[in-house]
Amino acid sequence: MPDALLEVQGLTKRFGGFMALNGVSIAVKPGERFGLIGPNGSGKTTLINCVSGALPVDGGRILFDGREITGLPAHRRTRLGLVRSFQIPKPFGSMTVLENLDIPLEYAAHERSDAADADAMEILRAIGLESKAHLRPAGLTQIEMRKLELARAMAARPKLLISDEAMAGLSHAEVDDILAILFGLSERGITIIMIEHIMRAVMRFSERIVVLDTGEVIAEGTPDQIVRNPAVEKAYLGE
Amino acid sequence: MRRTGVTLAVGAALIAAGILVASLRVNPYLYFAGYVILQYVVIATAWNILGGYAGYVNFGTPAFFALGAYTAVVLIQTVRAPLPVLIVAGGLVSALLGLGIGYLTLRLRGVFFSIATLALSIVLQTVIINWEFVGGSRGLSVIRPSGPPFGNYVTFLFTVMTGLAVVAVITARFIERSWIGRGLAALRDNEEAAECMGVPTLRLKLFATTISGFLLGVAGAPFPYYVTFVDPNSAFSLDYAVNALAMPMIGGTTSWVGPVIGAVLLNSAQQYASVTISSEWNLFIVGVVLVAFVVLAPEGILGLVRRLRRR
Repeated sequence: MPDALLEVQGLTKRFGGFMALNGVSIAVKPGERFGLIGPNGSGKTTLINCVSGALPVDGGRILFDGREITGLPAHRRTRLGLVRSFQIPKPFGSMTVLENLDIPLEYAAHERSDAADADAMEILRAIGLESKAHLRPAGLTQIEMRKLELARAMAARPKLLISDEAMAGLSHAEVDDILAILFGLSERGITIIMIEHIMRAVMRFSERIVVLDTGEVIAEGTPDQIVRNPAVEKAYLGE
Repeated sequence: MRRTGVTLAVGAALIAAGILVASLRVNPYLYFAGYVILQYVVIATAWNILGGYAGYVNFGTPAFFALGAYTAVVLIQTVRAPLPVLIVAGGLVSALLGLGIGYLTLRLRGVFFSIATLALSIVLQTVIINWEFVGGSRGLSVIRPSGPPFGNYVTFLFTVMTGLAVVAVITARFIERSWIGRGLAALRDNEEAAECMGVPTLRLKLFATTISGFLLGVAGAPFPYYVTFVDPNSAFSLDYAVNALAMPMIGGTTSWVGPVIGAVLLNSAQQYASVTISSEWNLFIVGVVLVAFVVLAPEGILGLVRRLRRR
């Protein structure tokens, strides 16, 4: 068993002359609740896009579960258990909620299509969407859409779930709702990387937090350490 | 498995019906017209595998159709290859072109992909115009082989096209109901999300463009024997680009039935109009009907039927 489930070593990503990621290294342990924060434009989403395979990297290596995945296409990474959800929900609009889950069940978890429906229903029940199973995503509310995004990621049977701002724009109570779901996943042994702007949520959820600013890691530690870190304060508030 | 058996049985019955119809000695013009309708069933069905299932709108149908036709012309001119060989070869060459545009999808999506396929058609037409061996811009007369296996050559081609239409529709139906169809639907809805949910989007797109290209080439391969005179203007006709897109849109793009309904209705109307009114009314009819459907029933006839049933 490797020490880290996900290991990012010296990751570099340029967009033209702009250095989006400059030698970023992070390691996420199996079962960990890991928070990734940083001001707007600090490179969080770029990092996630590189790790999930949506963007090619310009330098560095990514290891998952003990094997190098730097050059693998995104769908292969998903099949290995590295699954992400999207900041802006991207449901399959022509399918019902249930069918949305059948895609990852069939393609990532390699379930037979006739078994998939039952499993999809179970995930929807766990996440509180079973009454919407036969609706199209267009008929869902904002929070239900976020839940669908998480449910679909669950259906890919992740070892590591990267939750990209699953709570942005939600109300206080709704944030707690999503947090409870993520805590539940964590209890079932799924490693979770949470990217979030809502500090209350990240601080409560994460065991360890890494702070990015202008494409570099500027701080790492427990939530308590991060709150008291002067470099973090400076990055968020300026001098 | 049993349903596959039923599908194949129905397909075989349809081909048998085609042979039976071909042996009736009705007005020969009906076979001539029927051939075109069936040809459009193949074209619309093939287009829909890429355009309807995967959501990549191909404006370059004439390129694939003509490539099938001109592959046949080359094989007729050089070795006088028999019709089955022409069909398979025409399909394969167009399938290669399909694979090529499949790689275009790596960089081009949406309207940019469509523009590229349109450009492809123009480029290919220019090549053919400048290739004397296949007749260049003047075109080329093709002599039909003497003695078809049964009937006269037009009824024979009618039967062959019936078979090709059945094969195309069964292929589309199989794709639609398999894991491939579900993966294509996912990437049509959202390619990035599909890839992140484990769908090998590139491989599926290559599959769709290749199969679609193959069937379009297959539809074009018997064309030289059907018209007996092939020239770039008829083989690369804009009609193919417009009809290939309009027929599935009118019938409904989400199911294999849609292109079949669209092809039969629209082409029957076109042929009726060109006999009774004038041949120029062809595209006019398509245009009006297409605009009406896009505005009033964007999901085609199938969508209309579904809406009525729900009420």
